[in-house]
Amino acid sequence: MVLTLVQSAPSPSAAPLLDVRALSLGFGTSKTRLLDGVRYSVEAGETLCIVGESGCGKSVSSLAIMGLLPQGAAHIHEADIRFRGERYDLNDMAALRRHRGADIAMIFQEPMTSLNPAFKVGDQIAEAVTAHNDVSEAQARDRAVEMLRRVRIPAPEARMNEYPHQLSGGMRQRVMIAMALANDPALLIADEPTTALDVTIQSQILDLIRDLQAETGMGTIMITHDLGVVAEIADNVAVMYAGTIVEAGPADAIFNDPQHPYTIGLMSSMPRLTGPRERLTTVPGTVPTVETMPAGCRFSTRCPFAQPVCAETPPQREFGRGHRALCHFAPLDDRLERSA
Amino acid sequence: MSDIILKAANLTRDFKVGGSLFAKPKILRAVDDVSLSVQRGETLAIVGESGCGKSTLARMLMRLIAPTSGEMEFEGRQIDRAEGRTLRELRRDMQFIFQDPFSSLNPRMSVGRLVGEPLETHAPELPAKARRSKVAELLAQVGLRAEHADRYPHEFSGGQRQRIGIARALASGPKLIIGDEPVSALDVSVQAQVINLLADLRDRLGLTLVVIAHDLAVIRHMSDRVAVMYLGAVIEEGPTDEIFTNPRHPYTMALLSAIPVAEHGHTRQRIPLTGEMPSPIDPPSGCRFHTRCPFARTDCKTAAPPLRDTGTAPGHRAACHFFEEIAAEAPPPSAPQDSNRTDAARARFALYAEAIAGTGTRPRETT
Ligand SMILES: Nc1ncnc2c1ncn2[C@@H]1O[C@H](COP(=O)(O)OP(=O)(O)OP(=O)(O)O)[C@@H](O)[C@H]1O
Ligand SMILES: Nc1ncnc2c1ncn2[C@@H]1O[C@H](COP(=O)(O)OP(=O)(O)OP(=O)(O)O)[C@@H](O)[C@H]1O
Ligand code: SF4
Ligand SMILES: [Mg+2]
Ligand SMILES: [Mg+2]
Repeated sequence: MVLTLVQSAPSPSAAPLLDVRALSLGFGTSKTRLLDGVRYSVEAGETLCIVGESGCGKSVSSLAIMGLLPQGAAHIHEADIRFRGERYDLNDMAALRRHRGADIAMIFQEPMTSLNPAFKVGDQIAEAVTAHNDVSEAQARDRAVEMLRRVRIPAPEARMNEYPHQLSGGMRQRVMIAMALANDPALLIADEPTTALDVTIQSQILDLIRDLQAETGMGTIMITHDLGVVAEIADNVAVMYAGTIVEAGPADAIFNDPQHPYTIGLMSSMPRLTGPRERLTTVPGTVPTVETMPAGCRFSTRCPFAQPVCAETPPQREFGRGHRALCHFAPLDDRLERSA
Repeated sequence: MSDIILKAANLTRDFKVGGSLFAKPKILRAVDDVSLSVQRGETLAIVGESGCGKSTLARMLMRLIAPTSGEMEFEGRQIDRAEGRTLRELRRDMQFIFQDPFSSLNPRMSVGRLVGEPLETHAPELPAKARRSKVAELLAQVGLRAEHADRYPHEFSGGQRQRIGIARALASGPKLIIGDEPVSALDVSVQAQVINLLADLRDRLGLTLVVIAHDLAVIRHMSDRVAVMYLGAVIEEGPTDEIFTNPRHPYTMALLSAIPVAEHGHTRQRIPLTGEMPSPIDPPSGCRFHTRCPFARTDCKTAAPPLRDTGTAPGHRAACHFFEEIAAEAPPPSAPQDSNRTDAARARFALYAEAIAGTGTRPRETT
C-alpha cells in the first residue's frame, strides 16, 4: 500500500513541462491588465484545458507564450514562466523562435490563417521539418508523408500534392496537426482546434489528438469554450474569466466539485442532453470590457453572491490536489447563508 | 385537434454552380423533396451538420428564395408563388432572426430606427409618437432599455445585438418566427439568456417558432419537435424527447453519440462515422447516408429509403430500410446520467440558482 502511494505521487523534484507562475499583460496605454496573474502548469503526457468565453484572453495568453503577440503592442507587466524547469524569457525573441515549432508547437483556431493557400500541403509540412532540422529535402518529404499518415489521412502520398483549398475543414485541421507535430514537440498548444468543425468531425479530431498524445507523451494545452470537449479530454482544467484564472484543478474536481461562482454559473447555463428540460439558470449581464473592469474580483459585476468586500482582490483558496479558486466566499456552502 | 400554421410539401431547391465558358454549370440540390408541417404554437427544430441545407430550407419557408419545385401553405393560403401584396402580408406574419447579430444589423441605423423600421412598413398609419412608444415597448420586451434606442449596434455586445434583432423581428407582430442559428454565435452564458428570452416571448405572445441549429443540446432544450437533415433531406423527425431517447436513423444515433457531454467520467457508446458528408452536387445513390453508415447493407446502395413511421411514438418517422433491425443491435443511447457532483457542490448549485432567482445570501457569521 505504501508502495502504491509512492508510485502514484508525482516526485516533488520533477518540474512541470510548462509552468506559468504569473503572467500579466496589457495592450496599448490602458492601465488595466488584460491578463492579470494568469497561472497554470502542464506536465508531460497530460492535457490541460483552458476554458472560458469569448474575449477572456485564452488566445492572448498562448500567443504570448509563443512570442507571437504583435511586437510593441503588448506591454508585459510580469512573466514568471518555466519550461522544463528553466527560466523562459518572453523578451528573448531568439530563444522563443528556437522553441517555436520545435519543442513547442501550436495549432490555431482557424486553419487557413496558418496554411499558406499558395503552397501544396506536403511542401508546407516538409518546410516545417527543414526549418528546425538538418535534413535533406527527400528526408523532409518522407517525414511529411509519414506525418500525414499518422494523422490518418488516406492516400497521404497523393494528398501531399494538394493545395489547402482542395481539402475539407476536417482534413485541413489534420494537416495542421501533422505540421505541428512534425518535429515531435514536447508541448502542443491547440487553440480551439475543433470549434469550426461539425460534431462528427470534431470527435474524429479529438480522438486523433488523444491517440497522438498517448503515442508521443507530449504535454497538451487545449484551449476551448466547450465544456463538453473539456470533460472529454482534460486531465486538468483552468477556468478563465476576464483575463484571470478564477478556478483551476483536476478535471474531476472542476466538474464534480466546482467552487467558483463563475464556474457554477457557466455549468448552469448549459442546456443538457439528458434530464429535465427546465428553464436555464444563467449568468446575468455581460463581460466587462477593459474600460469597465471592476476593481477586486473581476466577476463581481455579474456574481449573484457579490458583497462589498468583493471590490478587494479575492484570496486564492485551496481545496487540495491543486484545486484552487479565486473567491472571497469559496466554499460557498460554508461561507454563505440565505438571508431570507 | 391539429392546427397547422405552415405546411411544406416536396420542397426542392437547386443551385447552378461552377459554370464557365467551357463547362456546363452543375446542379447542386441543396434541399431535396422536403415535406414538413408546423403546428401553431409549437417550436420545431431543424438540425443537421454544416451544408446539409438548413438555411436554404429556412429561406424557402420564409419565401426569401423561391423553391425550384414543391408547394407551401401559410394558414391555408398557397404561398410558394406569392408576390406583391400577398408576400408583404406574409412578411408581417413571418419574421426571421439571423445567426450573426453583427452583420445582420445596419451599422448606420440607430437601434430605435432598426426596431421602428418594420413598423413603418407594416403600420404606416401609426403616428411618430405612438411608434416611439411601441419601439420602447419592444425594447423592454427583449430586456433592453428605452434609452438604448438612441445608440448604434456597435455599442452593444453580441447578446444585446441578438436582442435587438429579436425586437426588430417582433415589431410587425408576427405569428411565426424562423431563427437561423439564433444563438450559435453567442457564448454559453449569453446564449442561455437568449434561449430563456425566446421561450418567454413564445409563451407570452403565443408565437410559433422554427429554430435551426447544429447544437443538439440547444435543440433539445428549445423544441417540441425535431427534424434531422442530412445532405438536403429530412432523414428523421419526431417529438423531441422521442428523438433523443429513441433515435432510429443511424445518422441521428451517430450525431447524438458524437456530442461531448460536459460531465466528468461520462462514458458514451460511440457510433463512429468515417469520412465526411459527400457533396450535394454528386450525392450517393440509394440511401444518401450509405457511404458513412456503419450498418449499410447492399440494398442501401441502390434503393432510396422513404420516411416511414417508426411505430414507437406518434409522428416519429425515419428514412432507413433497416431501422427495426439496427435498433435491436445498436447500443442504446446513453441513459440519463446522474451527475457525479458532490453533495457540497449540489448545495452550491442550489444556492446559485436561488440567488439568480432573487433569494438573497449573506456571509455566514463566523463564531
Ligand atoms: N493585438 C491586440 N491589441 C489589443 N487588444 C487585443 C489584441 N489582441 C487581443 N486583444 C483583446 O484581448 C482580449 C482577449 O482576446 P483573446 O483573443 O485572447 O480572447 P479569447 O479568449 O481567445 O476569445 P475567443 O474565444 O473569442 O477566441 C479581447 O478583448 C481582445 O479584443
Ligand atoms: N446561393 C447558393 N449558390 C450555390 N450553392 C449554394 C447556395 N446557397 C447554398 N448553397 C449550397 O447548398 C448547400 C446547403 O447550404 P445551406 O447554407 O443551406 O446549408 P446549412 O445546413 O445552412 O449549413 P451551415 O450549417 O453551414 O449554415 C451547401 O452545399 C451550399 O454550398
Ligand atoms: S438505409 Fe442503410 S445506409 Fe441508410 S441509414 Fe439505413 S442502414 Fe444506413
Ligand atoms: Mg481565441
Ligand atoms: Mg446555415
